[in-house]
Amino acid sequence: MAGIVRYGSYLPYFRLQRAAMGAGKGERAVASYDEDSVSMAVEAARDAVRGGVAVDTVLFATTSPAYAEKLDAATIQAALDLPESVGSVGLGGSSRMGLAALLLGLDLAAAGRRALVCASDVIVGAPGGARESQGGDGAAAFVTGGDRDAIARVLGRASATIEILDVWRVPEERFPRQWEERFIADTMAPAIADTARRALEAAGVEPSTLATAILDGTNPRSMAGLPKALGLRPEQVADPLAASVGRTGVAHAGLLLARALDQAKRGDRILVVCEADGADALVLEVTEAITDARPVRKVDRWIASKRNDLPYNTYLKWRGILPFEPPRRPDPERPAAPPMRRHERWKLAFVGSRCTKCQTGHLPPQRVCVKCGAVDQMRDERFADTSCRVATYTLDHLAYSLQPPVVAAFVDYEGGGRFSSELTDVDPKDVAIGKHLEMTFRRLYTAQGVHNYFWKARPGR
Amino acid sequence: MASNGIKDRVAIVGMGCTPFGEHWDKGPEDLLVDAATEAYRSAGIDSEQVDAYWLGTMASGFSGLMLSEALKIPYKPVTRLENMCATGSEAIRNAAYAVACGAYDLVMAIGVEKLKDSGYSGLVGANPPNDGTLSSMTAPATFSLLAPAYAKKYGVEEGTLKQVLARIAWKNHKNGAKNPKAQFRKEVPIETICKSPPVAGMLGIFDCSGVSDGSAAAILCRAEDAHRYSKHPIFIKALSFAAGPAEGYYSQDYDFTTFPEVVASSRDAYRQAGVKDPRAEISMAEVHDCFTPTELVLMEDMGFSPRGKAWKDVLDGRFDGEGPQPVNPDGGLKSFGHPIGASGLRMMYEMWLQLRGEAGPRQIPEPKLGLTHNLGGAPGRCVSFVSVVGV
Repeated sequence: MAGIVRYGSYLPYFRLQRAAMGAGKGERAVASYDEDSVSMAVEAARDAVRGGVAVDTVLFATTSPAYAEKLDAATIQAALDLPESVGSVGLGGSSRMGLAALLLGLDLAAAGRRALVCASDVIVGAPGGARESQGGDGAAAFVTGGDRDAIARVLGRASATIEILDVWRVPEERFPRQWEERFIADTMAPAIADTARRALEAAGVEPSTLATAILDGTNPRSMAGLPKALGLRPEQVADPLAASVGRTGVAHAGLLLARALDQAKRGDRILVVCEADGADALVLEVTEAITDARPVRKVDRWIASKRNDLPYNTYLKWRGILPFEPPRRPDPERPAAPPMRRHERWKLAFVGSRCTKCQTGHLPPQRVCVKCGAVDQMRDERFADTSCRVATYTLDHLAYSLQPPVVAAFVDYEGGGRFSSELTDVDPKDVAIGKHLEMTFRRLYTAQGVHNYFWKARPGR
Repeated sequence: MASNGIKDRVAIVGMGCTPFGEHWDKGPEDLLVDAATEAYRSAGIDSEQVDAYWLGTMASGFSGLMLSEALKIPYKPVTRLENMCATGSEAIRNAAYAVACGAYDLVMAIGVEKLKDSGYSGLVGANPPNDGTLSSMTAPATFSLLAPAYAKKYGVEEGTLKQVLARIAWKNHKNGAKNPKAQFRKEVPIETICKSPPVAGMLGIFDCSGVSDGSAAAILCRAEDAHRYSKHPIFIKALSFAAGPAEGYYSQDYDFTTFPEVVASSRDAYRQAGVKDPRAEISMAEVHDCFTPTELVLMEDMGFSPRGKAWKDVLDGRFDGEGPQPVNPDGGLKSFGHPIGASGLRMMYEMWLQLRGEAGPRQIPEPKLGLTHNLGGAPGRCVSFVSVVGV
């Protein structure tokens, strides 16, 4: 038997109000200009593997891969400083692949392995359409393992694979298209209900005893009849976060599951259903281990930590939909493969060094100590989770940025060490010397088709 | 282990300097020809008499060929060197050592930069292939860090400090207005400086040095030969250089109110020159006012003002053109302009004019010792050059 051992979630800082798009009420979560599906997956996974939780496989699901060809899971592995001996799998092509990846991770766990399952999406729709306004950006991550240390055990599961023209996009096109919702809802509803029932039967769980039912699909209509079909009471059905986040593609079922786990108590049974090109369903039972295994940052905390005055045209610039006047500064330069490989643990895992003679911290790692001059007496030290604060800062109006001005700071780390870092997810008015910061994994820019991932500092969220 | 210096062993016997500014009609080679020709004429020599050349440019060209091809130098040594914004001073330093040791009799140090052809705002650096983690902070951003740190450490209100910085820009514009070769030859009211569009931190456009094109050159020989070429040579009393270990970028001890590299290089220069009290003995200085807070902090690092007091000296007019210790009498980087490779030589050019009584309306009465200070990099990670010259 298998289960979920740890989990984490992530929502970006920015929200776009639907009123700003002329699209009704509520708001959607928006990845910042320096985020993508990979960086958000890393942020969610950091909480899931915090404290050195071991995994041997990385599964990454997204419909918005950073690269069409190049393994995004490898970037995630490197950013989390996981050993290179892990296996990795990428899944995509349908928003069901998030839950599918979790099922696969649970299969691996049943076979005695431990998988890190990441699901992350940046949902972009054609301007003016429902996908743009009703979509959201976010990520969820789970570590699967044996049921002895599980916080939620698998009780049952079921799947259905159905060839249907619902949501589609050829690789050459930017925006997906979607068939008429009523056709999908009417056609898919019986299959969704059947899949859910089969999972519940396999689990031996009566629907009425479920603590939470997470019902996620490509459009709200296709899920509308499911509570009645299963005999669920309204209070059993999880809030789909449509008003505050929007549907986060492959991440959404996992995000809602993370939120359910945030609030669950021992013995709670949770049904997760995800519909896209068929359906997957999973029934879990929460164990007593949940109390000690919850991440620091819960979904509701991410939801509350936000800035929601993003102008629509800024959003369109960030997604590369709206062309704009470039600054009179050179284009960013493409990072080079050999130095990236040489400095991989620095660049992607934020591993600096500390002098074993005088304990001085060095970012980036150095061979010669700046204080005592000792040569090659350093040990590696990861600063990604080290508490830090603003030593001094400035607003740089000249530097290239999609969110000017750049807030540039010297950041001092607890226990020694300093680094000149860009701040992100920050209101310049809120920066002050001594302000607490935390590190976040970001995509600084893309040059000649190469994404430049590195770390920035942000005010604590 | 010693920095022995070459006090009074090397003389400058000729100099040239182009106007600095937007030379849309001239390339770097043209500027080199202009500065070199003026320097030859100033020393009263033909180009064939020069035995070796040092060319400083940060990024306007590569190798000695840039100069030898432009000047058609026939098969002589030309060294091209670069040390960020201190490049021009490095040309002087290396050329001076070459004549001091007797390797050559007569040499030229020349610097050039062509910044206005790029079409970009501000300075643009080119990095070698790298891992993409280098700091993206612009030059004004790094230097802007000095201002709030200084204000906090010495209890100066930010509003007062803004006035101090504006007065530095105002003074350098006032000096530049009297200089026919300066890029900006207009006085600018303090209020205009304070209200200029923001660039970084407390700094506005008027707190930044001029981005410009230009070239400057010097002819050097051993002191005993100086009078063969010039009735009024000037003599090198000290040449000092310090490159730091970038401690400020690693250590939490660094507080952004000083340049340790400047403290080290000025101390060394004073020792070489026998200067005991720079505040009293240095008659005038051309310093690296790349941004206004830099000049403020330099006054303390070089011992012109006690720690925490330079802001008062600035407000008191101590460093004004007519003040007791004029700083940047030619307008400085702020007003004369900052074509990187040429700036160190441009600073020396003003010493040349002032010590020979040729500075016209800017002339400082009876200067004894002059100082040039040239810096490259950023607070916490920089190189610093200091020279002392006299007659």
